[in-house]
Amino acid sequence: MSNAAVKKIRRPSRIRQKIIVAVLTVFAAVSAVIFLLPTVLTIANSFMSASEISANYGSVFATTEEGSKVYVSERINLKFIPDMVSFSQYFTVLFKSPDYLLKFWNSVILVVPIVVFQLGTASLAAYGFARLKGRLKEILFFVYIIVMLMPYQVTLVPNYLVSDWLNILDTRWAIILPGIFTPFSVFLLTKIMRRIPSVMIEAAKLDGAGELQIFMYICMPLCKSALYSVAILVFIDYWNMVEQPLILLSDPDLYPLSVFLSRINTGEIGLAFAVATIYMIPALLIFLYGEDYLVEGITYSGGIKG
Amino acid sequence: MKKSKSRKQPNKDSVFPAVCLIPSLIGVLIFFIIPFCVIIYYSMVDNAISKEFVFLDNYINVLKNNAFKKAALNTFSFAMISVPLAVVLSMFLAMLLDSKIPFVSQFRTSFLCPMMVPVASVVLIWQVIFHYNGALNEFLANFDVDKIDWLKSELGQVVVVLLFLWKNLGYNMILFLAALNNIPKDILEVATLEGAGSVYKFFKIKLRYLSPTILFVTVLSLINSFKVFREVYLLTGDYPYDSLYMLQHFMNNTFRNIDYQKLSSAAILMAIVMIIIIGALFIAENKFGEDVEG
Repeated sequence: MSNAAVKKIRRPSRIRQKIIVAVLTVFAAVSAVIFLLPTVLTIANSFMSASEISANYGSVFATTEEGSKVYVSERINLKFIPDMVSFSQYFTVLFKSPDYLLKFWNSVILVVPIVVFQLGTASLAAYGFARLKGRLKEILFFVYIIVMLMPYQVTLVPNYLVSDWLNILDTRWAIILPGIFTPFSVFLLTKIMRRIPSVMIEAAKLDGAGELQIFMYICMPLCKSALYSVAILVFIDYWNMVEQPLILLSDPDLYPLSVFLSRINTGEIGLAFAVATIYMIPALLIFLYGEDYLVEGITYSGGIKG
Repeated sequence: MKKSKSRKQPNKDSVFPAVCLIPSLIGVLIFFIIPFCVIIYYSMVDNAISKEFVFLDNYINVLKNNAFKKAALNTFSFAMISVPLAVVLSMFLAMLLDSKIPFVSQFRTSFLCPMMVPVASVVLIWQVIFHYNGALNEFLANFDVDKIDWLKSELGQVVVVLLFLWKNLGYNMILFLAALNNIPKDILEVATLEGAGSVYKFFKIKLRYLSPTILFVTVLSLINSFKVFREVYLLTGDYPYDSLYMLQHFMNNTFRNIDYQKLSSAAILMAIVMIIIIGALFIAENKFGEDVEG
């Protein structure tokens, strides 16, 4: 077959290739819009004035309220761009309704200690699991995996029982303490620490480093980016918590915003979108600056056997 | 510790790592293992005061409980629909991003974004869309479709599946992307040279290498499918429409009247079911992927 003939055969397939790529790109773009839409809408709506919100969505939120009439439009009006950009929702949240800021603070005060201390105990434990050998260690690690795989419906019962024994039910400790010892980050960090080449550790030992030095000066610096990744994953899980406060806290004053947000009543719908946006901000900022770490963390988590 | 003595090297090297384990181990023992053992005990006595041993009676009571049956059935049917969809669709998204299209990193960011957004923050938008007077019905009215009360009908499960997929596909997609990257390129090239089509390459080569990831994503989605309670609760509260009554609702309502026997036996039943399902998945994967794992 001559060269020209080969080219003739290839050309249509190259066009086909281009069409396929174009179709796939369009498809990906449409999906991307769908994935982003709810978030973007929430943020956009937070810049509408309260009256615009109730004019747009009155018929949705008014029905949940008995009796009292709110200014309601007949039709729902899902909009991207506010008629007039207004910061009135934010103004109300920040200066007139301290309740929401208090709930935001509740979230912070629950999540930050969990992330910090879970990473602390977990990096120690992971070092232990990565360096120890033997049957006992393997059994323990297996137990950790089982605990990790259990849904909240299972683990909340033990958590509740212990909180009751320790008399910390209805306090923040009932959420923070079990949160600190959740085995997820131990599991992830162990997998990462196992990858540290043993040659490096042997070399350090020859130079006279003890186990403590190996942990401090070899293991931890090598795991720095992994620690960021795990911190992001733990943070996002707890920032989003719903199950634990509902069961372990009976005082709604202690509720984090992740639960409280749904209790905004219809009278306050005008500021709900601003509260929702404020609550997203920490998570979105972390995502913006830490997406690569996040992806790395997810990748590490793949494969239970690892 | 006795055990490590009988090992070959009970040297001082293992002292520090063992000490490292202690804080976490104490926490896990106190907050998970010990109370779990107590719960096994609670599940087999008739009440906390007389502590008479009744063996499986509490389990039988839970299994006969209508609320539990409904919750278990709903959770199970939700998982049966959403987990396979989550696996297949996220694999599809990963292949999409792996197929040499432009703007890959922008697409990746948008698919990942939902996992970072707290459920509570977007719940308002879901309400606006799926409410009886909501945007979706408004849109469907253009095609003469009658209004549907999405969250208060049998279709509630469909809505929740959508919300679940929206939130979880990104995470799973990253796992598949990593796995696709790990497929040895030369094998695919050889297959191409020998005239294998992309369908053949997918089913005979890629799927084999992806099978550990498929297992992992399945387990992960199964665990996450229990967390869909968050969406349901934030959208519909403590007492949702029948088809959305999940196991976590049952647990919440049982916690309210602190019936330890019911709670413990329900929790242990769920734990056993989880262990069986995950174990079965592992065995299946071992069979399916045995020739690629070294």
